[in-house]
Amino acid sequence: MTAAGKRIVGITVFAAIVCVVIGLYIGLYLTNVPGSAAATQTSSGTHLYLGTVPAAETTDRHPTWVSYYAVDANSANWQHVTTYVLPANTVVTVTIYNYDGASGLRNPWFGQATGTIGGTITLNGKQTKAIDPDDASHVFSIPQIGLAVPLEGVSDNAKNPCGNAPCSLSYDHTTTTFTFRTPGKGLYRWQCFVPCAAGYIAGFGGPMQTVGYMDGFIKVV
Amino acid sequence: MSEQGGTLNVEGPRHWRNVVVLWLIANVIMVPIVVFVLGPGLPPGNGSVEASGQVTDNIVLLSLATPVALGVLVYLGYVLWAFRERTPEVVVDGPPIRGNSSVQFWWLIVTTTLVLFLAGYGTVRLLADGSGGGQGPNPIARPAVPAGGSRLVVQVVAQQWQFNYRFPGYGGVETNQIELPENTLVQFNVTSLDVIHSFWAYELGVKADANPGVNNVAYVTTKGPLIFHVRCAELCGVWHGYMFNQGRVVPKAQFAAWIAQQRVKFAPATKTLPPYSKTYFPEPLRRGG
Amino acid sequence: MSAIAVSTTAPRSGWRKLIGFNMLTGILLGIVGWYVGHWIGDRITGANLAYFSAEAGENDIAIMLGYFLGVVGFLVGLGFANYPIKRLLGHPPSLAEHESEEEGVFRYFTLSTDHKVVAKQYMVGIGLFFFVAGLNAMLIRTELLQPDVHVFGANQYLTLVGMHGSMMMGTMTSGLLGPFATFLVPLMIGSRRMAFSRLSAFTFWVLMAGEVILLTTIFFGGFQTGWTGYQPLGAQGTAGYDAYICFFALVGLSMTLFGFNLIVTITTMRARGMTWSRLPIFVWGAYTTAWLMMLAAPMLIAALLMAAMDRTVQTAFYIPGQGGSAYLFQNLFWVFGHPEVYILALPGMGIVLELMPVFSRKPLWGYRLAVAGMLGIAFLSWFVWQHHLFVSGINADLRPFYMLSTELISLPTGFIFLCALGTLWRARIRLTVPMLFCLAWIFNFLWGGISGVFNSDVPSDVTTHGSFFVMAHFHYTIMGGLVFAFFAAIYYWVPKMYGYNLNERLGKIHFWTLFIAFNSTFAPLFALGFMGMPRRVVTYNPAWQGLNVWVSISAYVIGLSMLVFLFNVVWSLLIKREPAAINPWHAKSIEWTLPTPVPVQDFDRIPVFDADPYPYGVEPAPARAPTLAPAGGSA
Repeated sequence: MTAAGKRIVGITVFAAIVCVVIGLYIGLYLTNVPGSAAATQTSSGTHLYLGTVPAAETTDRHPTWVSYYAVDANSANWQHVTTYVLPANTVVTVTIYNYDGASGLRNPWFGQATGTIGGTITLNGKQTKAIDPDDASHVFSIPQIGLAVPLEGVSDNAKNPCGNAPCSLSYDHTTTTFTFRTPGKGLYRWQCFVPCAAGYIAGFGGPMQTVGYMDGFIKVV
Repeated sequence: MSEQGGTLNVEGPRHWRNVVVLWLIANVIMVPIVVFVLGPGLPPGNGSVEASGQVTDNIVLLSLATPVALGVLVYLGYVLWAFRERTPEVVVDGPPIRGNSSVQFWWLIVTTTLVLFLAGYGTVRLLADGSGGGQGPNPIARPAVPAGGSRLVVQVVAQQWQFNYRFPGYGGVETNQIELPENTLVQFNVTSLDVIHSFWAYELGVKADANPGVNNVAYVTTKGPLIFHVRCAELCGVWHGYMFNQGRVVPKAQFAAWIAQQRVKFAPATKTLPPYSKTYFPEPLRRGG
Repeated sequence: MSAIAVSTTAPRSGWRKLIGFNMLTGILLGIVGWYVGHWIGDRITGANLAYFSAEAGENDIAIMLGYFLGVVGFLVGLGFANYPIKRLLGHPPSLAEHESEEEGVFRYFTLSTDHKVVAKQYMVGIGLFFFVAGLNAMLIRTELLQPDVHVFGANQYLTLVGMHGSMMMGTMTSGLLGPFATFLVPLMIGSRRMAFSRLSAFTFWVLMAGEVILLTTIFFGGFQTGWTGYQPLGAQGTAGYDAYICFFALVGLSMTLFGFNLIVTITTMRARGMTWSRLPIFVWGAYTTAWLMMLAAPMLIAALLMAAMDRTVQTAFYIPGQGGSAYLFQNLFWVFGHPEVYILALPGMGIVLELMPVFSRKPLWGYRLAVAGMLGIAFLSWFVWQHHLFVSGINADLRPFYMLSTELISLPTGFIFLCALGTLWRARIRLTVPMLFCLAWIFNFLWGGISGVFNSDVPSDVTTHGSFFVMAHFHYTIMGGLVFAFFAAIYYWVPKMYGYNLNERLGKIHFWTLFIAFNSTFAPLFALGFMGMPRRVVTYNPAWQGLNVWVSISAYVIGLSMLVFLFNVVWSLLIKREPAAINPWHAKSIEWTLPTPVPVQDFDRIPVFDADPYPYGVEPAPARAPTLAPAGGSA
């Protein structure tokens, strides 16, 4: 092969490697986003069931990070997704099983439930407007529609706390239920407001800033 | 090495005259368009007294920038037409002009005057009413209360990733929505609970960084009813682009009714809030958990 | 003392060449260094810190030490420790050049002390990472096509934004001076070398190590702060931010030493007759930039060192509530950051003013004024940094001062413009590809400069700070200025550096596509900023989607024009290889009197300078008149 021919082959090989690397960059890293779960439709309306845990599954990429999961009514069938698909302009009932202990709120304002129908939540069966900010473990908030619901934490003296996901109802947990009306079609985002990211400065790094753990999207269709 | 200056060639003045004439014509066309057509549409609009001041400032800047830009563009266009080498296969040198002291002198005078004027005008406008910008904890440009109007202090509490608003004159109630009364001098005390954000109320012409541990004061004098958009203007993490809300300027009575309703609505939260303060250092602060 | 030692051993062939100190050994030792550093970091992390690391799932001390020892291993593997160790062991000092016996491509993967080789290493290294950062820009614009459909993850998008900005800033600070000053400054001042040849190679390889470290951020969660790395947001984040810190610290180290090298070279190694007032304007551009590099970059290293300590050993320099201040980082960063942008702008000015006389066939107009302009910019650039902080809550009394100082800096910039424009007056303008890029520089920098005046005016800045208007402003100055000058320099000097011509037709296609697409991309951003769109956002008001789509498509066209350029480079330099004439541009500066390729020792005899650097217009006869009669004097 001539010198020029060798160079052409070399250039082609190099270009092919570059394309493969770019493809991997885009496919494996950039577009690597958590999946989605839809609310379930029952005879009593639209329901969304979520679970919050002190640590994700042991096989997860970050097995020490707090996280939200999509679950079903019996806290089974745990899916590590943070995009929730809801129907538009509908009253949705959300139930969140919280297995994590309290970190306390940075801004006590989030101790009061806002944006729910009636301005209340049902915590362990009792209706209430607010919880003690120091007992807050997580918050489920969709700021774009003014929804913010505090989740009370499992007591520090709990006998049977859950470690890593998945957690069944036999572990110590708090149950928070609330209803809200979804807005029109579009993409919205939700987040937690409790500084619960252990090991990070101000508790707001790591999982608190990473979609797939304490942040996600609401896709209203 | 000495610079040749002074006497121009015979052809020189003809080209100079062409350039100047073209420039004057371009200005006659463009400057009125800039001042009268583009000007009134310049940001951020006339939603507040300070915003109107910014519009005027932008019109002045644009009006002065137009002749400068036209000067360079007209000159460039002309020399590229007049002095382009039309027989490039021959390499011929042009005249060895190394400079012209009178051109340099007048350029220096004109540009310096322009720059000093702009700096002076900007300072005057800035010191008149603060132009809606954050001035830090010790503001020096405090606009006067408007005739027939009143004052209102609103604390903007920025956090990752939502703006809350606290009204110290109304029991320290904190809300996630903002309404302001019309014809009022509003003092925004902007602070942050965590990282650097920036409170940008576009139609009001207000921008003040929310710096943790700092009370950044910005003033705005509202006019009539208005809908304004608040957006975060400093990268603060993953949801920076989603950190926005809408606010309204409403008649005074409507504002009074609204704030009373907010106090009732957020009474449980207000009980748990720390006392109103210009800055907050919330716990937990170190590595959480 | 300019003896060049040539190796007398037999040349090695095939894979045996790879044994020894070269880039491959460097990479291997770098990987070893990473694991050793990581291991040591894990061992020395005390129990208290280990608790937090276990919760977070990452140990910043281990990662930082891993990067540090990885870089050390890389440099040792390349051979940078060899000479110091030899001297410690008592060997005599030596200026031996490391050059290969053969003219092969292999020497570009080793430590070379030949400034021409280092320049070409810079050219390829800078080019590679310029295109990586450019690819990131295309991806950013892809995300911004729709406000409510996200192509990439929200975290990954912010890492894209940060990587694009950081890589461009870190790469392009050495982007013009690395390839071109290293190659040309010694030639233009009549020297055979830079003052510190090994240091020259060091600054290149350290920069490459830093770039690779920046790429590894994606394995640690990326960083969410953008290129400005503000605290305490940076302190909060995952270990991807450690990669950012190490990258910029290494870039800062490279800049400091490179600037130092240039200053000593230009000050002490000028040949006889090369007085300060005979220095080519390109060398003045390099010189003023070098002072800024050497003095500003250490500020960045200091600021980042404190950020690293906040993340690793729990200091609180930047954490309010624990005695620190977020302001401190902002100010330290911008004291570096503002001279940094003039580090980007000045070499471009030097190149444009150097090339325009060649293609106007006239001397540089107002040489002394141009030098004064460069010195003025360099001096004033230290006094303006708080214009990045006008609404941050700085002491309100300071703002009029910074408004004035920032407006004043447009004066020396105006001098540069005047000199460029004056050179065109009554010229014989030859619209070659390098000249087209120079003319476009004037056009682009005009808009960049005027929008800068808007930003420097505080009332106007209240609306435009942190918006797309600022983005448009600095892309017009940095990309419209620096990157266009970069291409002007490439098309101009490649025939001398590489000995082959670049295809002119492809060059013109590249230029026109880039120029039109560039303006089409960034001009609407002024409007978007004016309408209220903040920077670094992943979603926006749906009413602005039309403009965003237009901008994104124009950005893709920029990408296409770059592909045309890449094709031209590959075709002309690797495949077609049409040998270039010794002086294809009929230029009268000294580098064009040397043969192509430039021999290892540069000059057979060190020249003595006795004329001004722009002797155009002295001879009325054509430089090369084949059969045509000399053109008549029609101005």
